[in-house]
Amino acid sequence: MKGFILSFRSEFYKSRKTAGFWSAVILPLLLCLLIFAGFYSRSDKMVMEPGMMLWVQFSGAILGVMGSLLLPMLIVFIGYSVNSIEHKADTWKTLFSLPISKFAVYSAKYFYALFLVFLCLTLFVLFTVSFGNLLGMIKPELKFHDYDMSGVLSQLYFKLFLSSLGILSIQFLLSLLFRDFLKPMGIGFVATITGVILVINQWKYDYLFPYSHPMLALSALPQHHSHAAGSNPISVDLFTQEIYVSLIIAAVVFIAGYFIVLKKSVK
Amino acid sequence: MVISTDGLTFDFGNQTVVKSLSLQVPEGSIYGFLGPNGAGKTTTIKLLLNLLQTQQGSIHIFGKELKSNRLEILAQIGSLIEQPAIYLHLSGKENLLNRALLLQIGEARVNEVLKIVHLTDAAHKKAGQYSLGMKQRLGIALALLSDPKLLILDEPTNGLDPNGIIEVRELLIKLVSEHKKTVFISSHLLAEIERMATHVGIINHGELLFQGSIHDLEAMSKPAIQIETDNTIDAANYLTRNNYTVTEVTDTHIFVPYTTKQQMGNINKLLNDMGYNVYSIIKQHKDLEKLFLDITQNA
Repeated sequence: MKGFILSFRSEFYKSRKTAGFWSAVILPLLLCLLIFAGFYSRSDKMVMEPGMMLWVQFSGAILGVMGSLLLPMLIVFIGYSVNSIEHKADTWKTLFSLPISKFAVYSAKYFYALFLVFLCLTLFVLFTVSFGNLLGMIKPELKFHDYDMSGVLSQLYFKLFLSSLGILSIQFLLSLLFRDFLKPMGIGFVATITGVILVINQWKYDYLFPYSHPMLALSALPQHHSHAAGSNPISVDLFTQEIYVSLIIAAVVFIAGYFIVLKKSVK
Repeated sequence: MVISTDGLTFDFGNQTVVKSLSLQVPEGSIYGFLGPNGAGKTTTIKLLLNLLQTQQGSIHIFGKELKSNRLEILAQIGSLIEQPAIYLHLSGKENLLNRALLLQIGEARVNEVLKIVHLTDAAHKKAGQYSLGMKQRLGIALALLSDPKLLILDEPTNGLDPNGIIEVRELLIKLVSEHKKTVFISSHLLAEIERMATHVGIINHGELLFQGSIHDLEAMSKPAIQIETDNTIDAANYLTRNNYTVTEVTDTHIFVPYTTKQQMGNINKLLNDMGYNVYSIIKQHKDLEKLFLDITQNA
């Protein structure tokens, strides 16, 4: 456990000045800022909307982009960046000749990638809620303050996080095995597009394909809401079948990856 | 023995890179592991660090079997393999601090090793801007960081200028003599090794061709008398007629196997009496470099 914590801290120390780390911070900030600017400029058209609908539109705009394309691509990039740092510096040999078990080194790296995705999605929740409230503050005619979305958003993003774990494991392993960017990137990109197409065409077994999971996780939501009486008109069903599949794939690939690392000669 | 391997064999596909290697590295030695490029040196070193899985044979380090005592053994080894492994986007000191974090070593030791390798002034410069020699020195600093009992260095003086080479050599000699460390150092240059090594192993095509102390190696090279005269060919013929064995004649020199001082005097007198001008006559050890070439090429 000590080896794991040391390795995890080292992962942070190494990556804190790289694009991989900052992309996880800047992406949510930038995206939320853009949507914020969009809403701000056409606020007059939304004066009539009730608070809940405003929040749904505001966060939906961000979620829509994230769920289908951006999240898988971000994961491709994060999976690549935590591994490329060692490929580039030729440091696999030193990592695996440290007096730290190979499992600790491997799993710390994996969980660091996981942490980056988690951080990114947490920031999405944080920025969405803060920018929404900010919008309500500087444009009081928009009734953002009538409704609190943070609980639902947290659940939604957590679901998105769970749904992305399958992709993360696969991309992590690909980036660990291949030194160049193009292979994991190309495979990830093609698979993501395939995933989107499968969901759009409502293929019967799309829940088995990990790159479809983020989109499925979101599409399970009721798209339009009647203003029925009830304290919580939007409910998130966290554990749907694609989430289970995602978790199973993540676990299997993670364990298989460890055995590949054990067998693999270090260049 | 600090390192002891028995029948170590390693194949890449169907090519045998290391053949039944039996290394014996005594404690407190500087063991020069010599061989031409591609002889199997780096593969051997990777086996010693468990970066490659042992296929046949066994490896014992500090008297313990490597695979079953991996972490305990690795904790006492500092290594530098091929080109140093450095994060180029971090400064030299950050590279060391990162390793110190993993090894649970304080910052004081980081500053100490920076001083040892003369990188204190460049400590905050990005490693990507370091010269080849500076990177190499940072690599050595990383290997020294944990104050290990055994240093395994693969071509550590690659890219260093003559001053740098001398510094590394003196540092290693000091580590062994004052701090009782053991150094296992590979190189393809004998000249670099012979000035510091106490023991030598010579490898080519994966096979160990020679192993022993540096004195054993020197003893293998028989001394010769090197004679410089105004007419080497005639003088050589004259010596042959007088029952001396001439091993080699060049445009400028004659070589005769050395036996005694008296023999040298006799040759000198003989040539002078016949009217040959003897410009110089000296006893010479066969160049170790040449010996090294002989050993590796005759295999």
